[in-house]
Amino acid sequence: MRLSLGLITVFAFSVIIFSTFSFLPGDFATEILGQSATKSAVKALRAELGLDKPPVTRYFDWLGNVFQGDFGSSFSGRSKVQGDQGDRSREVVGLIIPRLKNTLFLTGVAAMLAIPLSLILGISAALYRNSYYDRSATGVSLVTVSSPEFFTAYIFILLLATLFPVFPTISNVDETTSLAERFYRTALPVFTLTLITMGHMMRMTRSAIINILSSEYIEMAKLSGASRYEVIVKHALPNAWAPISQVIAINLAYMLIGSVVVEYVFNYQGIGRLMVGSVYNRDLPVVQACALIFASTYVILNLIADLIGIISNPRLLYPK
Amino acid sequence: MTSNKSKELLLEMKNIHIDGFSDERWHKILKGVDLTLHRGEILGLIGESGAGKSTMGKAAMGYTQPGCKIIEGEINFNGIDLAKLTEFEKRKIWGTKISYVAQSAAASFNPAHRLMEQTISAANRLNISPTDVLKKDAVQLYESLQLPDAENIGDRYPHQVSGGQLQRIMTAMAMSPRPELIIFDEPTTALDVTTQVEVLSAMRSIVDKFNTAAIYITHDLAVVAQMADRIKVLRYGEEVEEAETRDMLSNPKEEYTKSLWSVRSLIKPEETNQDYILSIKNIDAAYGSSKVLHNVSIDIPKGKTVAIVGESGSGKSTTARVITGLLPQLKGEIIFDGKKLSPKLEQRSKEELRKIQIIFQMPDTAMNPRQTVDEIIGRPIEFYQGIKGKERESKVIELLKMIELDETFLDRLPSELSGGQKQRICIARALAANPDLIICDEVTSALDQIVQEGILRLLQKLQKDLGVTYIFITHDIATVKAISDEIVVMYQGEVVEQGLKSKILNPPYPDYTELLLSSVPEMDPDWLTNLLNKRSS
Repeated sequence: MRLSLGLITVFAFSVIIFSTFSFLPGDFATEILGQSATKSAVKALRAELGLDKPPVTRYFDWLGNVFQGDFGSSFSGRSKVQGDQGDRSREVVGLIIPRLKNTLFLTGVAAMLAIPLSLILGISAALYRNSYYDRSATGVSLVTVSSPEFFTAYIFILLLATLFPVFPTISNVDETTSLAERFYRTALPVFTLTLITMGHMMRMTRSAIINILSSEYIEMAKLSGASRYEVIVKHALPNAWAPISQVIAINLAYMLIGSVVVEYVFNYQGIGRLMVGSVYNRDLPVVQACALIFASTYVILNLIADLIGIISNPRLLYPK
Repeated sequence: MTSNKSKELLLEMKNIHIDGFSDERWHKILKGVDLTLHRGEILGLIGESGAGKSTMGKAAMGYTQPGCKIIEGEINFNGIDLAKLTEFEKRKIWGTKISYVAQSAAASFNPAHRLMEQTISAANRLNISPTDVLKKDAVQLYESLQLPDAENIGDRYPHQVSGGQLQRIMTAMAMSPRPELIIFDEPTTALDVTTQVEVLSAMRSIVDKFNTAAIYITHDLAVVAQMADRIKVLRYGEEVEEAETRDMLSNPKEEYTKSLWSVRSLIKPEETNQDYILSIKNIDAAYGSSKVLHNVSIDIPKGKTVAIVGESGSGKSTTARVITGLLPQLKGEIIFDGKKLSPKLEQRSKEELRKIQIIFQMPDTAMNPRQTVDEIIGRPIEFYQGIKGKERESKVIELLKMIELDETFLDRLPSELSGGQKQRICIARALAANPDLIICDEVTSALDQIVQEGILRLLQKLQKDLGVTYIFITHDIATVKAISDEIVVMYQGEVVEQGLKSKILNPPYPDYTELLLSSVPEMDPDWLTNLLNKRSS
């Protein structure tokens, strides 16, 4: 049930992307041939790419191919002369996979940093509610949440690359880069992504726990002699997993979206940068595939969060 | 209930002052109350909401709720002053030497853990007995509390057992470390009367068995009479009087104590007629796929009061929802004033809507907190009768006078009213539509005894003056005796019987009515003992 709803969401999203694209001025043919191109040249290229067909037909052609695992070929890199040996057009899948790996590496590292940190900060802020620690932690997190990604990114560049040159400003990586080198080069984008998502996760963890702390079973736990630590970890946290996992899911998705901007700033060869470039070129097959990946990640993350919510709640796991 | 227990002092609280912080300022909750308790003794602590009884009970553990603090006083438990201990030191006493049984067991068990784990958690903390010994002991406690399937019930989660069972499991949890003192904080208030009897007898026998001292907090004098050796009455954070249970019942000294059971003395002579304003016939209704009403037929005589009684889940509130059209029935028909009513609310005319009004149990949640009294009462006047401006205001004032309030209330918000006043405003709102039938859904059960009496008297007066008909839904038999002409007994979605008050409340009874009526606690300290003897024979 949830799974099929998820699938519907993903394809509804692809329709939206596709139709917004049709509203953008110009298409790949006009972009690539420039303003001086003759009408017949544009027309020929359109015919070659299938852009002359009505949008609805094009969409269903594309959808049918996707179901067969064929995401099509990228428009760019294609030779202008038909049958030319120098056709460097690439399969969308081959184009995306390495970029996707890079993005997953970036967001994965950021998530592994952000999730435990925000859980620890959130729980401890709830534990010492209204202390100076709590106030400063929630205050700082508000600042980080409200700053846009690019701003945070530039602040990091200013501090850790320009004033104190510790990390590189450009996060260039390729297949040959060693793991340690990758960590070093991606440090700043990882920090940026961590910082922009941590605040929200930390605050929500804190409030989920505090919300539970006012319930009667917590008072009961205190009155049966449970220590502060026991109250939080044994009594409050198991009941907080559902809201916390929802927030984590949203933030991981946000991190992925945020990577579009961050990758651009740090010139990192990830899927976000690829997508921005492809939108410029009106390279529809690539944009569609990227959008599909973003949408499915979002849906999958939410499914996982729902699953955690069910597993952590005996009321749903063991019905009456 | 042996009154000559050892006179060894267990707990002595002296001159307890506790302040609470709310509405931006400190209030006095307790103003110098003393309390003594001997080993094995049960002390009943009674009073209305806001009397400070719960605060006093928790203070006996040296605990105050967040936002409260002990200003002054000594709490000597076994020679240690709990008021002077640190949190860390108190934690060694809580749950093991003194344990606590809360009002709402359903909310007080952690939903994420199995019952057994929670039952033995405090005893486990003592590190005296290994876990499997504790589990065996817990099963024995479950057995002596007469829980079904004692062997396995601990493997369940809190949501998988009923409220009455949870309350007994919580008693087992309190008893598991063999404390010297148990605080029972309104442990049966949330239960149905028939369940209450079982829980009371289970709690009493187990406290007797281990000779544990207890403080039993409640607002129900008849309940405390079954449990306590001594009773202390609190009001506004001060002691009113204290006496041995039997003395207190036979000879209460203070006016206030006497007034505590005044509702029970309110009795209305019954009358009826064959002119039915409302007849519901063969109604079936369901929430989703679970059917809750089975073939329900009830006749409501015009200008009279019909009480629908039954336990939670008996379908009495659902019946009200069907009559008002909030829940369309699956089968059967509703005849109102000789005409058939459409099952759906949206298909009823404004006039039909006007004639049936409802008053809810919780006045707090039944009113928009941002509207003034004037808006709350004025709105139905304008909506149903199209009266506006000055005339509307004079109508509102007229209604306020009818409910024994005055025009100074016009600009007040619900938050500026007491519980009883809020319920009066809800009554006025129902009257504003000038209805023929008012459904009162547990309208007094959230209120204190004295306030209840006032509301019931008001409802009776209004009936006499306006000739309005009431359907009175309640689980409280004392209220039924006070207000009804006819009674309908419901059980598991079916009508057990309907008839005049005198017929229903006197033998011969059908089995269920018998069980229900005999379970209502009486002001007799031997009532529970006699009842249990009678039932077991």
